[in-house]
Amino acid sequence: MATQDAPPRWDRKMQQRLSRGEAAALGELYDRFASLVHGLAHRVLGDERAADGITREVFTHVWENPDAYDPKQGPLRSWVATLTHRLAVQRLRATETAALARGGDGTAEELERKVRSASVAARADYIVTSMPTPLRAALELAYFQRRDYRQAAADLGVTEDEARRRLRLGLQLLSTAHDTGPTGAPPEYGGAR
Amino acid sequence: MSEGTDRSESFDDQDGREGVHGDMDEGVDGNGAGHDGLREDEDGHSGMHGDGHEDVGSGGDAEPRPDGSPRIPPPRASVEDTGLPLPEPAAAPGPAPLVLEHRVLKSLLGAWALAACSADETTAVEEHLGHCGSCAEEALRLREAVGLLHPAESLDLNPTLRTRVLTSCLGRRPPRIPVPEWAAPYDAETARLDALLQDIGGSEWHAPVRLRWFEGDGPVSRRTTVAGVIAHLLTVDGLVAVALGLDDPLGKADAERPTPQDRTEAYWRASRVPPTRSVRGPWREQSHSIVRTVSFVEGGTSHAGETGGGKGSGRLTVAYGGFELPLSDSMLDRAFECWVHAGDIADAVDYPYEPPAPRHLHRMIDLAARMLPVSLAERRRAGLSAPPVRHLVAAGAPGRSLRLEIEGSGGGEWLIPLDSPGAVGSAEREVAHVALDGVEFCRLAAGHVSPEEAAAGQDGDREAIRDVLFAAASLSRM
Repeated sequence: MATQDAPPRWDRKMQQRLSRGEAAALGELYDRFASLVHGLAHRVLGDERAADGITREVFTHVWENPDAYDPKQGPLRSWVATLTHRLAVQRLRATETAALARGGDGTAEELERKVRSASVAARADYIVTSMPTPLRAALELAYFQRRDYRQAAADLGVTEDEARRRLRLGLQLLSTAHDTGPTGAPPEYGGAR
Repeated sequence: MSEGTDRSESFDDQDGREGVHGDMDEGVDGNGAGHDGLREDEDGHSGMHGDGHEDVGSGGDAEPRPDGSPRIPPPRASVEDTGLPLPEPAAAPGPAPLVLEHRVLKSLLGAWALAACSADETTAVEEHLGHCGSCAEEALRLREAVGLLHPAESLDLNPTLRTRVLTSCLGRRPPRIPVPEWAAPYDAETARLDALLQDIGGSEWHAPVRLRWFEGDGPVSRRTTVAGVIAHLLTVDGLVAVALGLDDPLGKADAERPTPQDRTEAYWRASRVPPTRSVRGPWREQSHSIVRTVSFVEGGTSHAGETGGGKGSGRLTVAYGGFELPLSDSMLDRAFECWVHAGDIADAVDYPYEPPAPRHLHRMIDLAARMLPVSLAERRRAGLSAPPVRHLVAAGAPGRSLRLEIEGSGGGEWLIPLDSPGAVGSAEREVAHVALDGVEFCRLAAGHVSPEEAAAGQDGDREAIRDVLFAAASLSRM
């Protein structure tokens, strides 16, 4: 979700500190993004240990290449999410291909389908966690708590028009999870490749 | 937007870095145009990108699908699913069918896809989808999006993952500014506690917690809440912050004496309302600042300088109002307190909580063992333990000693000089031997188990053993 605004200060300072080789900065980076990274990796790979491995890869990559992130391209969070997504999908494709080569059942098309649906699911998770809180809250009420939009409006203290607008906008954002760029890079993480 | 749904977010995003966040309240009248990367065109279409190719609901209003028959999956709870006959649009004698304008029908698409509108509205929308291509297309897209919603997996990150990941990173590219070794336990424990706080729900922040410690010859306690405990950690960690030249979290609130207890009471008193989960942000920010700052103060070297002379010398001390500790010991003390209180919180909200990593636990036990001689001397001065009448020893000389054997991971053996803090522990002059499990010893030193009840194997001078166990309990404080 890149914006044209100046990159937030935290992102810039973090990058400088990482470049400088400040171990404390690495700890802070982990504390801020580990659950995002691990969650996305787990959604793609469906396996705890594999997700741990991706988490290590992502933070190692950032720590070893702090200058790969360009604050002008968007928030660090999006960049980290994109990196995670790319590494996790790579790993999924590699393991599935290896399994196929060993004579596992399934076809190359099924493999692609599986990779694609894992990738879309992870992107959807990211979109939900990154969307504006009011939209997420509305979706949560309507979907998980099965409130209709009038009840949701009352719960949220907004007009019925606004509740309808939030539900529609939230789903519109979510539906972009299906969009994939030409390289397979998820456009909505913004920034990195 | 209500405060309640926003709070956890405001911690994560306190610097507002997420461009797309916030501000939706301003869009209450239905126009979100221009909001942080979300834009709506005049049809109310919305996209996340400025270049248009990502726009959702692409295809103008007037453009029907090529085959003219959009396939819309049925709503989860629409009239079709009820098995009841569909209302017959033509048969008008009953209640008149709802007639809605295009604009309204379009605005209902999200609610419709989520099966969150009335039966009448559902019927009206579905009737409309039959002859409006653009709405049909969007409806299909939104219905598919609903399939992407799933409950957040409540996956607790394995707390040992942090250390594994960081160690692996630092092995690949050694840091130019490392976190001093003695600050590592604090770094790890604050991260562990923060992960616990991440997982606890809104009401659990107000769960009652009893802070327990040991004073004189018995246990004392003070009632607070989970949030109150974090406020306590914030204010006492603040002693380290102040020593490092960082802001004092106590602000203008006045503590009678700069002791951990007085500072905590002052903080609690100064706020008109009891602490809430909002205390997590300041506490975490401060703990991060402390770890960062000690990395610079010590220049990454953990050996103490030979001469005094302020910052960088390794001789920085932290005043606790009544006694002081070298910065490195103070950081271990704060790590220990963080673990102990995280355990209190975990008990209060019924979560499991593991002891620290063995090498961190070892350092904490070592600090307590080193503090025991002073604690013994203080108890003696206060008349709480037997005076060493016949056993005066010169400073630096070997004195009567107790062998403290700590079992389990992180354990070890320490010789505690009994008669003077200045004396040196001596194996030749060992008069007693106590064996405890590491975690049990820490519970004792935290005042969470009484000296009489601590499960300790004992051998030798019973009075010396009693004195040392009580001295260990006396290390605890609020």
